[in-house]
Amino acid sequence: MKTRTTRAVRSACAGLLGLTAVTACGTSGGAPPAAKAGTFEGRGPITYVAGKDTTGTVQAVLDRWNKAHPDEKVTFVQLPTDPDAQRQQMIQNAEIKSDAFTVLSLDAVWTTEFAAHRWVDRLPADRFPLGRMLDPIVGTATYRGGLYAVPATSDGGMLYYRTDLLRRAGIAEPPTTWAEMKADCAKVKKLPEAHGMSCYAGQFQKYEGLTVNVAEAVNSAGGTVTDARGRPHLDTPQAKAGLDFLVDAVRDGTVPKEAITYQEEDARQAFQAGKLIFERQWPYMYPLAAKKDGSSKVAGKFGVAPLPGLHGPGASSLGGHNLALTASAKNKATALDFIEFFTNEENQRFSLKYAPAAPTYASLYQDPALVKTYPYLPTLKRSILHAVPRPRVFRYGDLTAAVQRAAYAALTGEKSSVQALKDLQRALRHPMAE
Amino acid sequence: MAETQTPARPAPPAARSERPTAPARRRRPPRATAGTARLAALLVSPTLLVLGVVVLYPTIVALQQSLYGTRRLDPKTGFVEDSEPFVGLQNFAAIFDEAGSRFWNAFWNTTFLTVTTVLLETLIGVAMALIMHRAFRGRALVRASILIPWAIPTAVTGLLWRWIFHSDGIANALIGHQVLWTTEGFHAKVAVIVADVWKTAPFVGLLVLAGLQVIPDEVYEAARIDGAGVLRRFRHITLPLVKPALLVAVLFRTLDALRMFDLPYILIGAQKTSVETLSMLAQDQAANVRFGPASAYAVLLFVYVFLIALAFVRLLGADIVGDDGKSARRRRRLPRRPQGVAA
Repeated sequence: MKTRTTRAVRSACAGLLGLTAVTACGTSGGAPPAAKAGTFEGRGPITYVAGKDTTGTVQAVLDRWNKAHPDEKVTFVQLPTDPDAQRQQMIQNAEIKSDAFTVLSLDAVWTTEFAAHRWVDRLPADRFPLGRMLDPIVGTATYRGGLYAVPATSDGGMLYYRTDLLRRAGIAEPPTTWAEMKADCAKVKKLPEAHGMSCYAGQFQKYEGLTVNVAEAVNSAGGTVTDARGRPHLDTPQAKAGLDFLVDAVRDGTVPKEAITYQEEDARQAFQAGKLIFERQWPYMYPLAAKKDGSSKVAGKFGVAPLPGLHGPGASSLGGHNLALTASAKNKATALDFIEFFTNEENQRFSLKYAPAAPTYASLYQDPALVKTYPYLPTLKRSILHAVPRPRVFRYGDLTAAVQRAAYAALTGEKSSVQALKDLQRALRHPMAE
Repeated sequence: MAETQTPARPAPPAARSERPTAPARRRRPPRATAGTARLAALLVSPTLLVLGVVVLYPTIVALQQSLYGTRRLDPKTGFVEDSEPFVGLQNFAAIFDEAGSRFWNAFWNTTFLTVTTVLLETLIGVAMALIMHRAFRGRALVRASILIPWAIPTAVTGLLWRWIFHSDGIANALIGHQVLWTTEGFHAKVAVIVADVWKTAPFVGLLVLAGLQVIPDEVYEAARIDGAGVLRRFRHITLPLVKPALLVAVLFRTLDALRMFDLPYILIGAQKTSVETLSMLAQDQAANVRFGPASAYAVLLFVYVFLIALAFVRLLGADIVGDDGKSARRRRRLPRRPQGVAA
């Protein structure tokens, strides 16, 4: 009798220890049909939800709004810096139909998922000056012809290159094709000062950055990852040409061996340390690489150009954030006004003064004062005008995981690029099927 | 296991000392009256309530959730369905079909990482405990410094080791050969094992140290008089007497290692097949709004962890409940009757 009870207690105890394993899963209920478009009623306090603001400009913008609208104050809810953590908290808020989060700052690639799940409302397009924004950027905010968010910032990839080395090697213009880039590298590498340098690098670690780089390569070779309906097109010669550019570059040493561990910061450090002739990078690196305090060895020795492609200028992916309105939120009339205010040209100009980013308004790329601070702006505009947003599918998480799996296997030589693309095509057909 | 190997020697105190003292000890307190029983029930009810809310309820919800599938997209409207379809045990059956390869990969990764890390941590932890147990100058400092890795949050450990295992990091500088630790492959597993052992061996060390400290010096003294050498004393006195503490340490480490998540996630990366554990798989499903499969994986992990815990308790007799406090009391009385051990 005694032993049995002890055993029972012990077993129960073992069970309790095991139970802690089952905590990661939340619950989810069904969402009610989304509110009919056009019913944006109610005024009062709302919240603005975004990742941690490292520049300090967001609160300044909110303060200005709050001063003008004392009865419709906006509170800044700061989420973690990690985008996955932000997305998860936003989804949780939407799934429990909470009104805690009103206006969401969505990563451009989440917009489709949030719209398809009806976690965010369809917005009246005529309320916003979308015509003055760059078209590819507006594209990231739409789903099936409807506007679900308003672009607040954007981001596009550019080719950073060493002006000093190119000039010394007798090259006048930065390359526009991959072949030109490789030829330029061969010339530059003959220079004594280019000893030990690698030709090119992007972000090839197995993470979101790899999807960006692979999508850019495929698009720059004239291919498509997924079409407007979410169907994959990776079994094409163009897609193969795109992936092959990266695979061959890794194999023939065009990119350094360790580039398959590079995220943005690793690639930036390599470029700033003078290890690379060319690098694919976002605009945020520009002011950092131009710093004359000794942290960058390439200050004053680099320039930017649109990304190269197979037969001509390539196509960048797009980053950036769009403002969306939570379907379960209150005071939607205020929220709509606030989205309009936050994304307006004046506020973008203000934020840009303190932190490098890509504005969404075409006019800001020509603004003389801004161009003086950020000489990359005209190049960035060209890059964004040619940009193709990353695949817009409602299961973006699965898509990017599949792309990373296939591309990384090809980059590390585990699979041939043909096999990797074949597997990817099959993997994407299944989860994305409607 | 150890008990059968040492039949004559330092007799596990629990078994030996029971008989002579039994009559006196066995007398139970006066039978509880209905009133005190009610009071007792009342007094434990808050605990039970809290356990029910934080342990039982989430478990039941997870079980229920694991029976639901994934919401589909309605091709006509372009919107995702409102509710998740009931799929019964399909999420569990899925591990046996084509898509199940990811589950089994995660399962073997989890098992491999658990076995290797716990083994290494036990060996190193015991060695640490023996060192910390020694009386020498600066012992307090050594004890404190050994515990530092354990005190560092795992996420920080992950970042720290990511720098160490960086392509230009110190690990490569030391071995004089460039290994890309954070890429796919066996080296990624090695990186996780090294970081995890570094972090949690001190935990084993600490628990074993506590076990060592209750072994009375007289036992060793008597053994030394009987001519037992260092190794013999370790095998026949230290190990059997420290076994209860050691088993608890190993059990806790095993259960912890089976749920490993943050270290591979941060050190190597979220999408790396080489180090994807069951927890990471469940998290990935949940993050992609597939709560059904996520719950199913979590439940499977729970069952796995539960079975292992049960095996420990049943087969190895790990004393996680403190055995109603009796053996602990007896152990404390031991010093007064050392002849029972030295016999």
